[in-house]
Order: sequence, then C-alpha cells, then structure tokens
Amino acid sequence: MTDLARPSSAGAASAACPPPALGGAPAATALAATDAAAAPRAARPRGRHGWAPPAWLQALPMGLVFALFFVLPLALVAVVSLMDYNDYEIVPSFTLRSYTETFEGCYDQLPGLCTILKTYWTTVELCFTVWLLTLVIGFTISYFLAFHVRTVLMQTVLALLCTVPFWTSNVIRMISWIPLLGRNGLVNQALIGAGVVDVPVEWLLYSKFSVVLAFVHLFTFFMVIPIFNSMVRIDKRLIEAAYDAGASGWQTLWNVVIPLCRPGIVIGSIFVVTIVMGDFVTVGVMGGQQIASAGKIIETRLNALQFPPAAANAVILLAATLLIITALTKVVDIRKEL
Amino acid sequence: MTQDIRPTVKLSRRTLLRGSAAVAGVAAGSGAITGFPAVWSAEPKVLRYLGTAVNQSADIAKKVKEDTGITIEYVAVTTDDVTKRVITQPNSYDIVDTEYFSLKKLVPAGNLKAMNGKRIKEYGNITPVITKCELPDGQKIGDQGTAPKKVMFLEGEKSTKFAPEVTEWATLIPTVYNADTLGIRPDLIKTKVDSWAQLLNPEFKGKAAILNIPSIGIMDAAMVVEATGQYKYPDKGNMTKPEIDMTMKVLTEAKKNGQFRAFWKDFNESVNLMASGETVIQSMWSPAVTAVKSKGIPCVFQPLKEGYRSWASGFAVSKGVTGMKEDVAYEFVNWFLSGWAGAYLNRQGYYSAVLPTAKAAMEPYEWAYWMEGKPAEKDIHAPDGTLLDKAGNVRDGGSFDDRMGKVACWNAIMDENDYMVRKWNEFIAA
Repeated sequence: MTDLARPSSAGAASAACPPPALGGAPAATALAATDAAAAPRAARPRGRHGWAPPAWLQALPMGLVFALFFVLPLALVAVVSLMDYNDYEIVPSFTLRSYTETFEGCYDQLPGLCTILKTYWTTVELCFTVWLLTLVIGFTISYFLAFHVRTVLMQTVLALLCTVPFWTSNVIRMISWIPLLGRNGLVNQALIGAGVVDVPVEWLLYSKFSVVLAFVHLFTFFMVIPIFNSMVRIDKRLIEAAYDAGASGWQTLWNVVIPLCRPGIVIGSIFVVTIVMGDFVTVGVMGGQQIASAGKIIETRLNALQFPPAAANAVILLAATLLIITALTKVVDIRKEL
Repeated sequence: MTQDIRPTVKLSRRTLLRGSAAVAGVAAGSGAITGFPAVWSAEPKVLRYLGTAVNQSADIAKKVKEDTGITIEYVAVTTDDVTKRVITQPNSYDIVDTEYFSLKKLVPAGNLKAMNGKRIKEYGNITPVITKCELPDGQKIGDQGTAPKKVMFLEGEKSTKFAPEVTEWATLIPTVYNADTLGIRPDLIKTKVDSWAQLLNPEFKGKAAILNIPSIGIMDAAMVVEATGQYKYPDKGNMTKPEIDMTMKVLTEAKKNGQFRAFWKDFNESVNLMASGETVIQSMWSPAVTAVKSKGIPCVFQPLKEGYRSWASGFAVSKGVTGMKEDVAYEFVNWFLSGWAGAYLNRQGYYSAVLPTAKAAMEPYEWAYWMEGKPAEKDIHAPDGTLLDKAGNVRDGGSFDDRMGKVACWNAIMDENDYMVRKWNEFIAA
C-alpha cells in the first residue's frame, strides 16, 4: 500500500522487488495499523448516508491474525518458561527455575563468562560479522543495480537473477559448501595443487569462517532488496546536483546516497540480525555442531524435552534481539523515513 | 477389547460412511473409530511408522507390502525427535520404533500402549540379550545404563511401572540392537587402535568426532575416561553430578585443544564425515560403517578392549491405536520377527531380535560370516547388492557372542539428565 503514496519513480522498484519484502515483517504490519488509525478523520471515505466505518475496522483482520498467531503463542512461551518440569512433562506450578538455571554461575564466574553469556557473546559476534559483510556486499550490489544498470528491464532481470539461488532450499545451498571447503575439498585441492600450501587448510570448514561464509551467502539477498528498493527511489537530480556542486564520488555516496538509503539499510539489517540471532541450523551444519549459539541451546533443551528452559531461553533470545533492533531503529526513525 | 467389536450386523458401506462422518470430528481420520462396527476388509491396511531413518528401509516396506498387504508410511526423524513426537503428538503415528533408553521418559508419560506378549508369535524366542541381559548360552553381559531388561516389561497393560521380571506386557518389542564402538579409517591411521582412549589421542587432533546427542555422547566420553584409567564409574549410565562434571571436563579440555573436527547428529552426517576423510576416528553406528565401506572406502568398526556401548530399539504402539489399526500393527510386528526383516538387518551388521527365524532366512555362509564370526566362504554383499567384504575375510568384532558378550554399558537416560544437558550446553559453548 505504501507504493500508492510514492512518486512514479517507485514504479520501477516495485516491479523488481514487490512490497511483500517489507510487508512480511511484523514491524511493517504494526506500522500499517498505526497509519490507518492515525489517518485524519476528515479523510475517511464516507458512505452515501454520511456514515463512515471506523478506520480500525480495516486493520482488524490483520490485527486478529497477528494476535492469534503471534501474540498468543508468544504469551504461551512466556508462561511456559515460568513452569516447572520433569523428564517427560511440564508441571503447572510457578517457578523461576528455568531462568535461574540458565544464568547459573554467571555471578560466581566473573570475570569469566558463564555458558549463557559465552553463548550470547559468540552469537552476537557472529551476528555482527555477518551483518557487516552482508551490508557491504548488499549495498554494493544494490548500488550497481540502481545506478549502473540503465534500463528498468535489465534491473528487473538482474534482480530476478539474484533470486535464482532461492529456488533450492536453504539447507541444500548450505550443505553444498561442505565438499568445497573440506579437508580434501576442491579449495584445498586447488591450493595444494597451486603450491600455496603443503597441508590442507583446516579452518575452511567446521569453523566460524564457514559459518559466516554460509550466512553471507544465504542472507545477503535480504539486504539487497530493501536497500535497492530505497536506492532506486532516490531522485537522480539530487546526485546530479551533488556532482554540479563539486562533490567527489565518495562525498556523494556518503552525504547523499547513504542517508537516503537508511530505511533500506535498517530494514535489511533487521532481517539479517533476527535470522542470524535465532539460527541454529546453519551454525550447526557449517560449524560442525561445535559452535554454541543461542538457538542451539534452545534446540538441545527441546530435544531433551525440557520445554520450560527452552522457552526461557527463547524469551531471553527475544529480549536480546529486540534490544538490538531497538538500537537500530533509534539510529533511523523508519516510520518517518517510510 | 478390540476383538469384541467385530461386526455382528452386516452394515452397508453407505450406513458406515454416514456413521463415520458423524464421529469424524472426534476421530479425525485416525482410524481409531472405537465402538463402531467397521467393515475391515474395505479399509486399506496402513501404518504410520515413526522412527529414525536408520531402520526405515524401502526394501522392508516393499517386502511387507508383498507379504501382508500392509502399507508402511515412514515418518523419519532424529532420535531426539522420536521421543519428542511420542510425548507431544501421540496421534501423529501408529507404530513407533524407538530406543529402550528413551522409555524412562516415554512410559511415565503414558502415551504408549503396552504390547501384549500373547499376541506376539515369537515372544518366547526373543533373544535373552534383551530380556535378561545375557547371551543365549547364559553368559551375563554388562548391564550398566538403561539395559533393555530394566525397562522392557510392565506389571500390567495400563501400568506405568517397570517390572523386574519377564511379564506378558512389553514396553517395546525389540527389532534391532547392536554393540557400538569407534569407527576408524585404517588407511589414514598409522597407530593401532584398540582402546577407547585413542579417541583423545593427540595424534588424531582435529580428526576425531563424537555424537552431539548428549545422552549417548557422554557415554562415549565415560568409556574414554575409564580407558585412560582416570576413574571407574559405579554405573556409567547413571552418573552423579560430580561424575558428570568430571566427564565433561575431560571432553571440554579435548575440545579446547582442538581434538574434535565436528560432532554429528544423524547417520548420514557420520557417514559423510568419515567418507570424506574429515575425521579418521569417531563414534559410529555399524550400518554407517557399512555405508562408508559400500562407497569403496576402507572403514573398520574397531573392537576395543574395554568393550562396547550397546543400544537396542523396538516397536511400540501409540495409545490411540485400537481396533483394526491395532491388529494391523500386531500383524506387522509379527511379520517383522518372522525372519525376512531380521535377516535383512543382520546383513547390515545389526542384530535381529529373534535369531532362529533370521537364521532360517539367511544363507548358511551369510550366517557364518555375520553371526558366527567365521571367514566368509563367498563374497559378502549388502542388501542392495554392493560388495561389503571379499571371501576369506572376517567380520569386525567377530561372532555375535564375542561382540554382544563384551558389552560394557547401554545407552541411558540418567537420573541427573537435566543437569547433564546443561553441562552439555556448556561443553558446546566452551
């Protein structure tokens, strides 16, 4: 719906990358709801008899879906996290056990890090590296698409080309790295064949490197689309003006393009951060199950049928992710920018 | 119970359909339409079979369809997920193939139905390895951990209490069991491997692996700790908190020193690690070794002097299964024990639950190779036809008695399971 309010230049963008890229995020949904509610009363469409349905009716269906499939399960998770448990069932009595055990020893071990803090440290570290790399690569690709590709047709074709890898599953794209990076993999064979190394390089696979590589490979596209989306809407005359005013290429990039791309950057960042924070499959497969991540703790707990501590860890993860996202949105007021 | 509701009045299919529609909201396609006369012959015989991919073979499904007309719908998940599904979604399967060590969780949860021994033809012939923890010749074998005999029998049909002796109510009807050890790549290893301690040998730094299933991984670690002489556990399968701490410390140190290449979670991962040479020594399952071998890569399921870590799995029926479904389930279990499937499993390096029927279904030379530890008279082929061993070779670990007789402990769920899982997370984070 945002496209309707856009100048015509947005048409090209929406052809290449349809709004669902934005609409899928709960944040965007919430925005839609508030937008509708905030619409000035006078602007309300009036029926023949002068009666106008209240604006919130429009938001109601989405609100209901949202409440039923998002708020309610989330509330349940929070409730379960406060319950007691044994080997095979959740005991319906209130306890903080899941939380206290999760943070067990965190105080005693200072300045050393306890399990949960160590895990979050690794997770955030991974998250930051992936975010930085996807941002730089995603921005570069978008820049190329938006400013170097002249025709809208070509832009569309190239953007579609970016989606080709998504025709196979995430897991397959991830696993296909393994024969490439392994001890006897193609990369090592090439390196040894070229005489660069004598013994196979071990850190290529089952290491933080391979995890980051897979993440970047899998999720750069989530950066490309929102950034491209905001970049293609930049009025080209602004760039001409910067050029005329004598700005260098870098100055234009830094002072004109990047500020105008901020909403795209933040939205892409939210995608990447939320995915990487919660992921345990990629970390597991590419890290050889040896690297801890917040998702991994939840998985182990779930597998041991310990639902309350799993729920408690989910709540903690959610809080941590929300914290990062709040920080991101503090940098840019997405509502205003959109 | 179920037999009592056989139709006494012949109903037309239309009447039945109308009746079914009325209860469809309640019974929702589960086939569990109790208290209703059912026209059984009209219904296809289908069983939803929940288990790990290891035991689910298309060959078995094909053969059982030929022999009995039962269609098996496999639901393949990981070991942990089997337990999770049994407890949280008892209506999503009819028959489950799970391990004995999970029973400490599954039985008190009350989602499984005890199997009635009277309806199992070969009930009396089930190997004493499972029922009594002894070899057919009476020799006792190690029963540390959750040995099947401790959890196989219930006091009554509805009971959730394990019976110490053989009763007619079984929690699981055994299908396969094995004695696990380390798999090695003899072509990539120079040292002689004959002890669990070799798993932590610095020579294999960055080339070793264990399972990332805490309750099994910690047992392997315990075998290593005992092998290095650091500690002797009263019961490896039921450690105290200090014992868990100590065991995890040994593992953690090894991990920090870069001993492990990776941890694996399912069968295929372990095959890939070994086949690609990422690891040269790791905990493995026998058919995984077979799978590596059938790729033409040398791999040995190496017998170790401290003995084996054993496991067993079997069939149980979901509590929601009644009537015709239940009869089909028993028919399937009876078929499974009747020989063909047993022989099929034996040829993969597993052991079948009823040995005499499996023996009858195997060629004498196959039986001699797989079960008696004799040199192969002819080339040994896997069920899919690939060559496993050339004539004249002997199976790893020798005969059935040699191997099962050296079982040191069984896969287990400890009393301190919750604590152990927390420590495992700490280990992964280390």
